[in-house]
Amino acid sequence: MTASTSNEVLFHARELRWEVGGNIHENLVEAIYTDAARIADRAVTRDGEKERFDLDRSIDRLVTSRIWGFPLMLLLFTAVFWLTITGANYPSQILASFLIGTVYPILLDFAAAIGLPWWLSGILIDGVYLATAWVVSVMLPPMMIFFPLFTLLEDLGYLPRVAFNLDNVFKKAGAHGKQSLSMMMGFGCNAAGVISTRIIDSPRERLIAIITNNFALCNGRWPTQILLATLFIGALVPAYLGGFVSALAVVGVAMLGVLITFLASAALSRTWLKGEVSTFSLELPPYRPPQVGRTIYTSIIDRTIFVLWRAIVFAAPAGAVIWLIANVTIGGQSIAEYAINFLNPIGFLFGMSGIILVAYIVAIPANEIVIPTILMLTVMMLGADNVGAGAGVMFEPDSGETTLTILTASGWTLLTAVSVMLFSLVHNPCSTTIFTIFKETGSRKWTAVATLAPLLMGFALTFFVAQIWRLIAGAL
Amino acid sequence: MMVDKISPEAQGCESCPVHHAANLKKLGVDMEEWDYVVALAGNPNTGKSTVFNALTGLRQHTGNWPGKTVTRAEGGFEYADKRYMLVDLPGTYSLLSTSLDEEIARDFILFGQPDVTIVVVDATRLERNLNLVLQVLEITNRVVICLNLMDEANRHGLKVDDRRLARDLGVPVVPTVARRGEGLEELLAAVHDVASGETINKTHKIKALSPQLERAVSILETDIEAMFPDLPNSRWVALRLLDGDKRIEDAIVRGELGDLHTEPAVTGLGGDPDLSVEAVS
Repeated sequence: MTASTSNEVLFHARELRWEVGGNIHENLVEAIYTDAARIADRAVTRDGEKERFDLDRSIDRLVTSRIWGFPLMLLLFTAVFWLTITGANYPSQILASFLIGTVYPILLDFAAAIGLPWWLSGILIDGVYLATAWVVSVMLPPMMIFFPLFTLLEDLGYLPRVAFNLDNVFKKAGAHGKQSLSMMMGFGCNAAGVISTRIIDSPRERLIAIITNNFALCNGRWPTQILLATLFIGALVPAYLGGFVSALAVVGVAMLGVLITFLASAALSRTWLKGEVSTFSLELPPYRPPQVGRTIYTSIIDRTIFVLWRAIVFAAPAGAVIWLIANVTIGGQSIAEYAINFLNPIGFLFGMSGIILVAYIVAIPANEIVIPTILMLTVMMLGADNVGAGAGVMFEPDSGETTLTILTASGWTLLTAVSVMLFSLVHNPCSTTIFTIFKETGSRKWTAVATLAPLLMGFALTFFVAQIWRLIAGAL
Repeated sequence: MMVDKISPEAQGCESCPVHHAANLKKLGVDMEEWDYVVALAGNPNTGKSTVFNALTGLRQHTGNWPGKTVTRAEGGFEYADKRYMLVDLPGTYSLLSTSLDEEIARDFILFGQPDVTIVVVDATRLERNLNLVLQVLEITNRVVICLNLMDEANRHGLKVDDRRLARDLGVPVVPTVARRGEGLEELLAAVHDVASGETINKTHKIKALSPQLERAVSILETDIEAMFPDLPNSRWVALRLLDGDKRIEDAIVRGELGDLHTEPAVTGLGGDPDLSVEAVS
């Protein structure tokens, strides 16, 4: 009973530490390694041959090679997006023609038959239902193709190889190599990406990873990129090349995001977040044959339904809000008109419009609903004059064509599409991610930085692109 | 597909309780009351989440890359009339460093006092995985090893002698192929035996310490035992104190270690929002 109080125990420990001398931590780690090696050695025997290891190694040598690593990566991602874009076209049309061409008029008739007041049927059918139907028909088909493909790449073990390729660049940017892993996670969902930065032990490098995670294009933004690339960029070339060029454009935007991640990380690590770069070893897991059936099942349940549900949950109330601001009038003008007219000249500076900026404000809760909100607002603003009758809604069964018609009718050009794609890549994170950043950093200051810095960068980026674009277009 | 693999003499297995698949009832997130708490630890990318999903019927996203699970996920299952709460811990290579994921795993095994800790081990990388196993064995003797990815080990021409491993480590070792559900019944049986106290493990303790360190550990261990007579891992606490582990020093000062044996499992974590139920999808 020499030690009765906790302080005495701690004191005794300190004394003993001096007596033992040397590096105790190293001694402990070495002891563990020695024991582990001995036990493993006794338990494991090898059958001389290990050609499978060699197959894994030769694939690795190719996909992580200095010369072929990056081109192969681009090729693979382009192929994934090409499949997504060409494959999603037809089901999208069928869904839109069913939900909007068939069900929508039936709902309107039904509302009229039971004598629903005009404002209630406006909120529910023109607002909530239409917004939801848009989200489903525009987002569901690409997600059903993209998420399983992406999950297959993940299960196969390709993503850690991508991380391996990027690791070096991150270190050069003064960030932690593990940031390549949290960035990969961010390509799914930024909130999950921010949580996954917990694998980084240095607080400085973890902050860099958290702040820049937003530049990894997330689930909610892929559909925006895919849709706009298909409508505006794919349309620039003959139809047979359209899918390929659209895919290239989406890959281009995603790669720009990676580039911005590097630049922002480098800027942060040379200014506010100076410090040493830590080292770590990145393990390349073995290639595993993916379980195709299960992959498709879980990627549809975990990702497609999850993202779609989130989109619907946010789109339905947003639809109601949109209908309200478009129909509640003050002095003969609707609230939406005030806001849009006010923001129009500002939007013009950035290659966008008042409608798009209002849509980004409405869509702060979830990136998924930016495009549906833009479409709804556009349709309601154009009203009876340009697109259709009644509350300003008439849809051709062909969703792609209709979307394009609506957008061009409200003055969209190629520049608008490019600006929206860039701004979708570089702007504030969604509310869930902002909240996650606050929870993880526990700091208002860094949450504000992570929220506002990308927004300012987005405005700067689109401003320069728009000005240079117009200069060149004016000169031609 | 499994059926044609079973040889005639293996048919007798059907009468063995282990083969009654009906024993397992997946409870998903329905965890109102439980008899035992089971922690799932292991290196990154060894299939912890796959084991978790197979036992609970939940579909936590699994992925073939390290660092997939960085928060705890919880789920329930029922086996042999007992209800279990299963906690999937972040994958870590060790419990000695200071990153948040390692701390979450370590704190749960130490302060959460699970009734059983399953360590999922990659059979193709046994040596490196054992580093973590040996550390867990220092903290608790209520351990079952899930020797996973046996199919890959075979594919790579590796033979892992699970019985020898079990003898050397002093805990049950169950070879599995979690992706195909192979070996999970045996795993459950082993977990049940450890949880109910039918199996009492005599676990391996780290042997290769330098003589000076070994001497200091045993002196300090006596101190700690005098202070907390019921502490099951005084040797490990002594090692951590000598290593200057701040978290453990705090735990001693605040008396957290002294409470360990009296508190029911898991409630020790109650207040920390970071450790609440969270699944990364």
